[in-house]
Order: sequence, then C-alpha cells, then structure tokens
Amino acid sequence: MNREDFLMFKNNPDLIYFDNGATTFKPKCVISAINDYYTKYTANSHRGDYNLSLKIDELYEGTREIVKDFINAKSSKEIIFTKGTTDSLNIIVFSFMRYYLKKGDEVLITKAEHASNVLPWFELEKEIGIKVNFIPLNENHEVTLENLKKVINKDTKVVSLAYITNVIGDVRPIKEIAKYLHEKNILLCVDGAQSVPHMKTDVISDDIDFLAFSAHKMLGPTGIGVLYAKEKYLELFKPLIYGGGMNARFESSKEVEYKELPLRLEAGTSNIAGVLGLRSAILYLEEIGLNKIEKYEHELREYLVSRLKEIPNVIVYNEFSKSGIVVFNLEGVFAEDTSRYLNHYHICVRAGNHCTKMVKDEIKVKNTCRVSLYLYNTKEEIDKFIEVLKDNKKLFEVIL
Amino acid sequence: MDNEFRRELIIDNCRNPFHKKEVKDKEFIKANTNNESCIDNVDLYVKVKDGIIVDAYFDGEACAITTSATSIMLKNIIGKSVDDARNLMQEYYKMINEEEYDSSKLGEFNAYQDISKQASRKKCAILPFQTLEKTFKIYESEK
Repeated sequence: MNREDFLMFKNNPDLIYFDNGATTFKPKCVISAINDYYTKYTANSHRGDYNLSLKIDELYEGTREIVKDFINAKSSKEIIFTKGTTDSLNIIVFSFMRYYLKKGDEVLITKAEHASNVLPWFELEKEIGIKVNFIPLNENHEVTLENLKKVINKDTKVVSLAYITNVIGDVRPIKEIAKYLHEKNILLCVDGAQSVPHMKTDVISDDIDFLAFSAHKMLGPTGIGVLYAKEKYLELFKPLIYGGGMNARFESSKEVEYKELPLRLEAGTSNIAGVLGLRSAILYLEEIGLNKIEKYEHELREYLVSRLKEIPNVIVYNEFSKSGIVVFNLEGVFAEDTSRYLNHYHICVRAGNHCTKMVKDEIKVKNTCRVSLYLYNTKEEIDKFIEVLKDNKKLFEVIL
Repeated sequence: MDNEFRRELIIDNCRNPFHKKEVKDKEFIKANTNNESCIDNVDLYVKVKDGIIVDAYFDGEACAITTSATSIMLKNIIGKSVDDARNLMQEYYKMINEEEYDSSKLGEFNAYQDISKQASRKKCAILPFQTLEKTFKIYESEK
C-alpha cells in the first residue's frame, strides 16, 4: 500500500526491499518535514524569544505529545528523545537499573534478544554483580508465560524482552507477562524496535514499565528514537549526559539545579530535524492506521510462508511466528551466498546472525536469510522473490 | 582461466573442501578471522615446525568464495616454508589488487582473477591468507 509516497521506489523501479527490520524507506512527507526545518524554520529549541525559536518549541514539544498519544502514555513527561533503541536501552540500564538493582539481583532475558538488549545487561553484571539469566524458549523458540513462571525466583527483579524479536519474529504475550510480573513486584522492560512500527502500542493497557524504539524502523529518520518510562521510575533516572538544556542553574559555588522531566534527560542540542521527521512518520502511520498495517503485513507473511513451502530445499525457521519476519535458508547454501544471489535480482534480504548472536543456540543454525516486510511490500514482490528462489539451481552460476 | 572451469573449481572446493575439520591438537596454531564486513567465520589450524608448514586445516561457516579459497590455499601451502607461503600470498594479493602479477605462480588461485571487480567479495577472497598471516605472527612471537 501507499507505494507512490516513497521516492525510493520511483528512483529504483526494479528494487524489492525486504529488509525493513534493518531500516525502512521514508515517505515524502517525512523528507519534507526534515527539509522544511532546514530551509524554512531553522532555529534551536528551548532558547530564543524570537518567533522562529518559539515555532520550533511548539513543534518539538508538540511531537512529544504526539509520541505520548501514539503509545498511549499517561504524560508527555514520560517521553524522552534519544538516538534510537540502543541508546534508549542503554539509558534504562545505566541511568536507572545501575542504581535500582543490587548485587545478586536477577535480570531475565532470552537468547533471542538483540545485542542491545543483552550487552548493557552483561556490562551491568560485570559492574555491580547482578545475575543475567535466560528464560527458556518453547519448541517454536517463543517466550511463554509458563516458561517464564518456571524460572522466576525471589531474586528476579527485572525482565527485559523484545515485544517482537528480530529473528524469530514472535509476538510476545507482553500484557500477560506484565500482569504476572507486577503481582510479584518485578519490572518489565520492553524493546519495541520491531513492534512499535508494526502494531498499535499501548503502554497503559499492556502495563509496560520501560519501552525503547527507533524512528528509522517506522518510516522516520535515522538517529532519533524514544525512551518511555513510567513517570515514577523516570524521576529516578540519573542523567548520563550533563550540559546545556538540562540544567536550571549553576553557580561558581558549585551549586547546581537540574530541570524537571523530560528535559533533564535531554542534554545538549537535540536532533530537532529527527524529532520533526519522527513527528511526520507517526502522523503518516496513524493516518493509515496501525491495525490496518498489522493486518496487511500478517496477510503478506502468511502468503510468503505458504509460497516458500513450494520450494523443496527451503528451510523456514519461524513458520509459526505472527510478525512480518520470516527467516530461512536454502539447504546446504551459506546465507550470504543466498542473499548475494537475490541481490543479483535487486532483492534485498539480510543474511547473518542479525545482531542476535545467541539465537544460534536455539535454532541450531548460525546464519540465516531474513525477509522483513512492511506496509509498502506487495504480493507481486513476493511472487517475484519466489520465482527467483525456485530457480536456485543456478545460484552459483549467478554469484561466481 | 575458462569461466566454466573457474566456476567448477570454486564450487568443487566449496562442496568438498580440502582439510576441513576442527583440530584440538595443541601443536597447531589456531587463528580466527571474523570478516567485519560479512559473516564469514573461519578458524585456521596451522602446524609449523622449523619454519615449515607441516600440516594445516580449517573449520567454520563461510561463503563460497572464502570456503573455496581457504581450501585451495591449504592445498598449496602444506610442505612449504613460511617464507614461500608469504611469497605466494604476495603474488595472490597483487592479483586481487589488480597489480601486475605472475599468473604462472598462482595455479588454481587464478580462479579469483576477476574478484577485484566485486569490491565486497575481495575481502572474502583474501580472508584465508589474512588468517594464515595471523598464525604466522603467533608462530614468530612464540619462537
């Protein structure tokens, strides 16, 4: 749907882009929003008394309101602009968890998490002696509430999970998990990088304590993302970055006072163009409707999986996942060789471990090809992809 | 080299690689090169005695280019001195970097003569020798 809004398709008419889990194309309105900031109303935010600066403040703080409504947060004070999901997760771990958790406390993750929901925890384990352990996955490599219940113990203080994982693509039962955890006073941190762009997010209904996501995976620009935390926790975040924009006053006597939320956690000049691009992306997605996008992607996914089954030497690793992510290999062919073969036909898929280096323990294969779909993909593109894959006897002829 | 023959040579070395297995013998020097720009992951095991490569194996997951080039490299270095292997490496690098080179010295390595046309694949083609050089450095530091 809406392909005419994306100049990438106009400029690359033969391109089939199936790597939306990595990043997405930008509609014209997002590019215009960034362009307008640099050509019509460039100014810094939260400073001047002149009209241009006031306009930027309105747009910048207005975006915070838009993000708040987009994920259904209670207050715009709970929305912090960051560089992206990785940045947001690191801030959660090092601004808050570092002080909230004590030696011996347990954090549960899974082996299917992205590096950015693994390595900050590993570092904190080294730094303050928390224990990072793994929730076992079921036979489809998914998290279930039952499996979680089996490993929760008196030391468990935090569970940190992707809503949708970037390799298996399973949609985790976050609402049920949150309800169970909160009965036991355990916090829930959610990596929303692969979910927020593809389905309606509701942090109140799901009762999510912390959420991280990126603009560039949801039609927005790179370098901008969001950190959400419930206000009672966000108040306790100790800033990692100090400087302009986050202080209320400071004196030569070393007396310092910092601003209230959210600005206390946004030191330095913000990525204003990024924020305005994110604003435009959210408005664009909302105009189409997240539920409609989710339904459409699901239809595409079902179609893709059913058609992949037509090819005898294709192995699909996540047949039962519900998201638009499908991982596969051609039997006996290294994933990178398959992706190079597809590239010959202008089909972009990702080959590798997808920054999820522990998932190999689960699916028993180190490298895979990943198709990740988005709203502008079509059944016709899938047909072309299947046609090329069916012809894989000539793979080496093409790539060598 | 004829295109069909070149392709067959690469595919054959990829499907039936020479000396591909994990080695646990501590007399072998082990080195790994994770190619930063791709996902090739090769462990090389090289046994050097008095400056001579007496045996070598490799293991890991890699693309057709890296797997085949490693197989061909191992066929060509066992029994050679470290210096001779390095000379071969230099000649091979010259070919890969489109410099003047002596194709008569390169034998089956001539299969990669056109690899320089694909920048992303050059790295795969030189990965085996880069890893070999790592093992030589370890050998020399332990001497």
